[in-house]
Amino acid sequence: MKKKIIYEIKGLYRDSFRITGFEFGKGKKSLCIVGSMRGNEVQQLYCCSQLVKKFRQLEEERRIRPDVKILIIPCCNPYSINTQKRFWTIDNTDINRMFPGYDLGETTQRIADGIFSQIKDYEYGIQFTSFYMPGEFIPHVRLMDEGYSDVITAMKFGMPYVVKRTVRPYDTATLNYNWQVWNTKAYSLYTSTTSRIDKKSAGQAVLSILRFCKSVGFVKYQENGDHPSIVISDKELISVRTAKSGIFEPLVKVGDSVDEGTPLAEIINPYDGSVMETLYAPRRGTLFFMHSDPITYAETAVIKMV
Amino acid sequence: MIKTVAEVALPVDEVLRIKKRRILPDGSESVPKRISIVTGIHGDELEGQYVCFELARQIEENKKCLKGIVDIYPAMNPLGIDSVTRGIPAFDLDMNRIFPGNTEGNMTELLAANILKDVSGSAVVLDIHASNIYLTEIPQIRINRLHKEELVPLAKHCNVDFVWIHEASTVLESTFAYSLNHAGTPCLVVEMGVGMRITKEYGDQLVDGILGLMHYMGMWTGETKTPRKPIVSENAEDVCFLNAASGGLFIPDVKHWEKLCKGDRIGRIIDPLSGQVLQNVESPVDGILFTIREYPIVDEGSLIGRLLKKEVMAV
Repeated sequence: MKKKIIYEIKGLYRDSFRITGFEFGKGKKSLCIVGSMRGNEVQQLYCCSQLVKKFRQLEEERRIRPDVKILIIPCCNPYSINTQKRFWTIDNTDINRMFPGYDLGETTQRIADGIFSQIKDYEYGIQFTSFYMPGEFIPHVRLMDEGYSDVITAMKFGMPYVVKRTVRPYDTATLNYNWQVWNTKAYSLYTSTTSRIDKKSAGQAVLSILRFCKSVGFVKYQENGDHPSIVISDKELISVRTAKSGIFEPLVKVGDSVDEGTPLAEIINPYDGSVMETLYAPRRGTLFFMHSDPITYAETAVIKMV
Repeated sequence: MIKTVAEVALPVDEVLRIKKRRILPDGSESVPKRISIVTGIHGDELEGQYVCFELARQIEENKKCLKGIVDIYPAMNPLGIDSVTRGIPAFDLDMNRIFPGNTEGNMTELLAANILKDVSGSAVVLDIHASNIYLTEIPQIRINRLHKEELVPLAKHCNVDFVWIHEASTVLESTFAYSLNHAGTPCLVVEMGVGMRITKEYGDQLVDGILGLMHYMGMWTGETKTPRKPIVSENAEDVCFLNAASGGLFIPDVKHWEKLCKGDRIGRIIDPLSGQVLQNVESPVDGILFTIREYPIVDEGSLIGRLLKKEVMAV
């Protein structure tokens, strides 16, 4: 394992801002894994830390193919994690809206450029990312529906679901999109949480990456059994929306299978405790996403089913 | 007449309402043209607040001169304005990245869709911004290259100092102005002043410009001032960006809208701990400074200013 500084800038009163990468193998740039890019992405950081531990072991046991190089960057934004701020500390900009970056531009453009110049030539790119709303997901792989990545490769992770999502205007400045512009097959991994560590889904993510690496021949890894993925489009997800704002009380958990008409959550009046609204399953299915804040707003898709 | 354009109940005992004031001309029989003045999409930008007040005051004082409908939307993001937050609080979302919205979408998308529906169909819209808390801007109008043919002639009546035609960008397709222009409602984006402050002289300058624009469009028959002739820039190379070479404290030496020669010192980046000057920020070209750093703390790469090259000023 080789530890290397991917990018560094000096701080005025803080220690230097450093992005650190861990390199395994000395061959062709084969796989790059990127963890937290925002200050609340603790689970994403944790997943990468577990991967660094695992790949270090694989390297020591000579189970990484000699002609491949794997780079893991657990954290692209230590400044924001250390201050528990989601976006860049001074100007609140999002590094994941700055790709491919610009070396003479503003700070987060420079950071994005510093990262991207080091990782753009890898054959595969995996990013642990998070949703803008607080909530829990069924672990899954996402890929954009127009681009260089493909569903067959996404299924090699053996995650329960592969989600194809429609490209939106803001996507053009994300890492995933730009990786594909530079001919890297890019995939986003969603584990169940963001700002809290969930060891079970982190373990599932680590396993899925090992499975992927085994499948493309990067590592020797023993695993039994099939791990089929269900492929869906984000347009197929059924949103269950609130009509009222209030206290959100879930009645089911992510991953539960429910019949049509099953009560899924209640919106409680914050003053008198009365139930203002009950959300019901519009059809039979599985809970894919569940809002996790105790407060919810009206007109919000608090639950997504598949 | 004050009307609620969009509303949604919040969790505890509060309704979020986005409101507009409509000023109608006296005794109009035909359907008059409508101008919409929109501001407060970013909760930390307040320059437009004074413009809304002062424009309405001057129109009411000479109501007989009004020949069009004036819709004033002072607070598109009331929660942001109240909490000194640029985006929409609780959602951590930039409101100017969710248009055209979606009536079937979440709360913020629904609000955006309702706002857009209400403003659509105006003869012209001004979306007034105030930079951010880091930079001060000279009064200017920014126009996406895709819509320049229609918008530049309107912008020239707005009494601003500068019209900046910028390149089209996919990311900007989710802005309020793009959504309106794309749907056929002309929308001019004004940038002036600085976040969290009100620069009265800029506000007065823009109010004169809005009345001038209304006069040009047949919505105002009152006296107007001859608009300033703005510098129009439409080539990317017309503008020179100055970024900090080092993190530190920026101390400016020059004023905003100052003409500079190549090599003139714009300011210094200093380190108060060591007492060192980390960078002398010098003008790389002859030109005029239309953007300058307001917030003193800078990181490496932070924008210090923007210069318009001398050759463009002379055109």
